Amino acid sequence: MALYSEKVMDHFRNPRNVGVLEDANGVGTVGNAKCGDIMKMYLKIENDIVEDVKFETFGCGSAIASSSMATELIKGKPVEEARKLTNQAVAEALDGLPDYKMHCSVLAQEAIEAALKDYEENGKDK
Amino acid sequence: MIYADNAATTKMSEAAVKTLTELIGTTYGNPSSLYSFGQEAKEVLEQARADVAEAIGATAKEIIFTSGGSEADNQALISAAAIGARKNKKHIISTKFEHHAILHTLKKLEKEGFEVTLLDVHENGLVRPEEVENAIREDTALVTVMYANNEIGTIQPIREIGAICRKHGVIFHTDAVQAVGHIKVNVEEDNIDMLSASGHKFHGPKGTGFLYVKKGIALTNLIEGGAQERGKRAGTENVPGIASMATALKESVANLNDYKAKLTPVRDRIIAGLSEIPHSALNGDAVSRVPSNINFCFEGIEGESLLLLLDDKGIAASSGSACTSGSLDPSHVLLAIGRVHDVAHGSLRLSLGEDITDEDADYIVKSVKEVVEYLRGFSPVWRDLVAGKTAFIL
Repeated sequence: MALYSEKVMDHFRNPRNVGVLEDANGVGTVGNAKCGDIMKMYLKIENDIVEDVKFETFGCGSAIASSSMATELIKGKPVEEARKLTNQAVAEALDGLPDYKMHCSVLAQEAIEAALKDYEENGKDK
Repeated sequence: MIYADNAATTKMSEAAVKTLTELIGTTYGNPSSLYSFGQEAKEVLEQARADVAEAIGATAKEIIFTSGGSEADNQALISAAAIGARKNKKHIISTKFEHHAILHTLKKLEKEGFEVTLLDVHENGLVRPEEVENAIREDTALVTVMYANNEIGTIQPIREIGAICRKHGVIFHTDAVQAVGHIKVNVEEDNIDMLSASGHKFHGPKGTGFLYVKKGIALTNLIEGGAQERGKRAGTENVPGIASMATALKESVANLNDYKAKLTPVRDRIIAGLSEIPHSALNGDAVSRVPSNINFCFEGIEGESLLLLLDDKGIAASSGSACTSGSLDPSHVLLAIGRVHDVAHGSLRLSLGEDITDEDADYIVKSVKEVVEYLRGFSPVWRDLVAGKTAFIL
């Protein structure tokens, strides 16, 4: 029995939407290096649609996979839908995470929330 | 696969497998039985005891077989604490970077009223003998310092510490799980009163180990029952396992010089290669170090993802990152040598085996360089470091 599901390993080995979005209008960073996980989400929102999304993550395999899966789940979706993304949805889409790794999916949800908040507060006019 | 996690466990030697498999089929008698078939098992057991004793410079009566290093550590500490308590001595000296078999037992003893002093191990991961001496008090019952650290491989000045303990009449225990079979250990020359060892760390089977107890030191039982092990450890002895451990130990000890001569240059080749990675650092002293151990921190990345990607490249290693332990804190060993959390999460331990080649070493260096660079490529921590938003630590 492997530590992670095939899906987690796939998203960890081949992370989707990885990198920096230079023209992002919503950026959110959560976590801290002291705890060993930092996620940074870059959103490009146009007409209330998440047109593009990228991430950078410092963290374990499940943190990288959770970030990757979260970006896939919101890319091209209306902002309202992105706002409703839950950590459970991220974990389920990855075919589950070990109990002690569930916080990685929470971090992914929070990173998107932080990026959306930044968009609401600072990014709408960009 | 390149197996570079020999500090976690080792492959059994061919001779140890042979001893184990032969005895398990043939010598199944109970060593406590009086008929000759049982006494044959008893003879095998006592030969193993003599062999183990000889390997560390002890006498056979000073060896108690246990289920492994953790049990030996527990029994040593609890026994020394009981001896101390009878004389109203309830102070114990140890170090910050002991194995949890020691640290958790000390926590238990603290709850029972003992006072514990944990000595600093400094940036190089070495205990200073003078600090041991300064910490000794009238009521010190025990000093316990590991022989070689399991994560960073640093070899402690055991002989000096032992001499200080002798001078002050304090019992001295050492957790030698990472030392026995890897470097020369002699309980007489090293002034050791009690020593713990584990069979599977030197090519013996798992579930075997032993405690050396100097003649005259009374043991407290952890397991009550029959009169096995001179009444100090009940339960029918694992004769095949014990004999197999003795085989492995004899072999390892006979081979110590070759082991050191072979592994040291390969270890140093890898250390030199990994040192080329910017913002990295070797953990623990470069010289006073077991021949098999390499431990590095790489800034800006996290250890578990490093391990998973090395696994994909066929390299089995370990890390002191919190994510690999299931806890929130990174390795207490790395914190003890002054690595801050941010850096300690990005650690890698390679512990080599005798079969390692220069080609393997070069492949390991190449692979670690690739993976570190790849992970830094999308690490927000690394981005901030490079951009000058945060200061490099390493």
